[in-house]
Amino acid sequence: MSTARSAILGRIRASLDAKADDATRLHAAQARITAHSRQLIPNRAQGSANDHVAMLRSFLEGQLATVIKVSEPGAVPASLLAYLKDKGARASVRLGGDPRLAAMPWQDANGLEILQGAGSPDDPSGLSFALCAIAETGTLVIAAGADNPVTLAFLPATHIIIVERASIVGSYEEAIDKVRQAFGASGMPRTLNYISGPSRTADIGGKIVIGAHGPRNLCVMIVG
Amino acid sequence: MEIETPHFKENARAALADEQLQRALAGLPGGLVAQRAAARARLPEFDTLRDIGRDLRNETLELLDTYLEIYEKNATAAGAHVHWAQTAEEARAIIVELCRAEGARLVTKGKSMISEEIGLNDALEEAGMEVVETDLGEYILQIRGETPSHIIAPAIHLTQEQVERDFRRVHRDLPEARNLVEPADLVGEARKVLRQKFLAADVGITGANFLIAETGSSVIVTNEGNGDLTQSLARVHIVITSIDKVLATREDLATILRLLARSATGQECTTYATLSTGPRRPGDVDGPEAYHVVLLDNGRAELLGTKFREVLRCIRCGACMNHCPVYSAVGGHSYGWVYPGPIGSVLTPALIGIEKGASLPNASTFCGRCEAVCPMRIPLPKLMRYWREADFEAGQPPLTQRTALAAWAALAKRPRLYHMMTRFAAAGLGAFGHRRGRFGWLPLTGGWTRHRDLAAPQGRTFQQLWTETQRGVAR
Repeated sequence: MSTARSAILGRIRASLDAKADDATRLHAAQARITAHSRQLIPNRAQGSANDHVAMLRSFLEGQLATVIKVSEPGAVPASLLAYLKDKGARASVRLGGDPRLAAMPWQDANGLEILQGAGSPDDPSGLSFALCAIAETGTLVIAAGADNPVTLAFLPATHIIIVERASIVGSYEEAIDKVRQAFGASGMPRTLNYISGPSRTADIGGKIVIGAHGPRNLCVMIVG
Repeated sequence: MEIETPHFKENARAALADEQLQRALAGLPGGLVAQRAAARARLPEFDTLRDIGRDLRNETLELLDTYLEIYEKNATAAGAHVHWAQTAEEARAIIVELCRAEGARLVTKGKSMISEEIGLNDALEEAGMEVVETDLGEYILQIRGETPSHIIAPAIHLTQEQVERDFRRVHRDLPEARNLVEPADLVGEARKVLRQKFLAADVGITGANFLIAETGSSVIVTNEGNGDLTQSLARVHIVITSIDKVLATREDLATILRLLARSATGQECTTYATLSTGPRRPGDVDGPEAYHVVLLDNGRAELLGTKFREVLRCIRCGACMNHCPVYSAVGGHSYGWVYPGPIGSVLTPALIGIEKGASLPNASTFCGRCEAVCPMRIPLPKLMRYWREADFEAGQPPLTQRTALAAWAALAKRPRLYHMMTRFAAAGLGAFGHRRGRFGWLPLTGGWTRHRDLAAPQGRTFQQLWTETQRGVAR
């Protein structure tokens, strides 16, 4: 153990008037973590499933994202191609190894180039499958990793996120429960991304400009 | 970063006379104030969430050593390397050594106030590395050789025209006749220049808004996405943060996130919030091969044991400075070190010493807006008052000021004498200033009357009027 470590912890304990091996303090901290109690969940996050979808859409559109409803997973490739064409973007998309993406009928999207692997700045678009979405702030949750490489969300000019309608929840806390279901009680993906719009900045003269370092366009496809 | 804080008065005077700065300051803070108010109005639970946020931060600080140990254990289990640094010097040495071991030539950086606090860029440059700030505001400051003037809007003191001149001066390989009229043109140019840096970087350094003990994660909160590119594209990701940033659970983070962006910019949330846990995993096609976290103390552990403890609840939203009449008039650079505004007026003396930082807690009107908007309900005016007392006890203020304060204290401790003297003064000044209702000059009030008139008392003291009113009510 480094001397800096013990010195810092020692100073904290001196300041708190605490002992190093105080079991009650350790238990108190562990109990808080094990309980991971919810605090106050805003009323706006407690509506119906339809309310959640409408709220998600409204917040995202307020942030200048595009929201498209797609009836079923099989219709995603054609909708995606239509979106890219409509944007005037090259018909090319990069995606990771997510089996839900692999199962989609990409052959239906005639002329759409499908790339795999890490994102590149020349990619017209990157595609991710969201773990879930949070209505209360219009936020998509992506558990990044081999299935959904993190660079796909930041390097391509356009980021497209697919979210199943049934996985749209009201609050942050419900999203955290979904992370627990997928990765274990205190488990996490390497990167958990909360995304609520295209990249933006207000660093020049305080004026908001879309497309700072990350994607210029964010397209959210709600499936189902 | 050099400490300019002892020259606050001179700096503030120069800032008030700086027309360019005053133009930049004029429009901006008002916008942020209105946006915060609108965000608060949209979320009826906002003020209750502030109480909850305050309490959960207090609970975490009360067990800080324990939560840091749990954080370390969980981070290490996920493959992180956790380093501890007592001082700025130790933190610099750890990071320079990590970069050296990696053979780093190019280091990209996300926005980090702690890196400013420890003077990281200079240390890396002295070690022969190229350091590139990637937050747009920080990038602009880097090419100007300046420091941030605001903790979340670092280039708030600059106008668009100044940025255009800097880009033309520095980006020499781009055509001279190019169009840079709109902010979007400037953003686009910076995006192009910085993308090459992201892709070529050996090491990416970010701060952390928070650490989560439950999962061993670090959290960054941004709008631009530069922090994510910084940490995802380099071979090594180094997080530099301080020991007070630890939260217990992801649920605690949810509460804090509901407060942070709304307080800062009035957004419902920032565009990105990213929780990072360890390095790239088997099968991953991107992400850093190594992930280091440097935990800085730099005086915070000791602060925890003082009456200034509450300042450690701060989540760095910047609302206090956006709402501060002093900050809005003199800008962030006048404060002379990393943290400006009311939070700086409390934190800076704690980190650099009251002997160097005394002018900051004294530069307040005590209007109380900072405390009124603080999402963590930090009693900033009270803490500034503590610093004024410490300053007085250390015998620092000039003799005239100390004598005057001592005289006033002696009077204030003798209520009958105090009432008699104030009745006499109020009556005298009231009679004397009766005709004009104000004074253009009075002995010992030059500091006030040089710029404005002093209102004349009405002839009776507050206590006299109070007594009469009470009698009136009784009747």
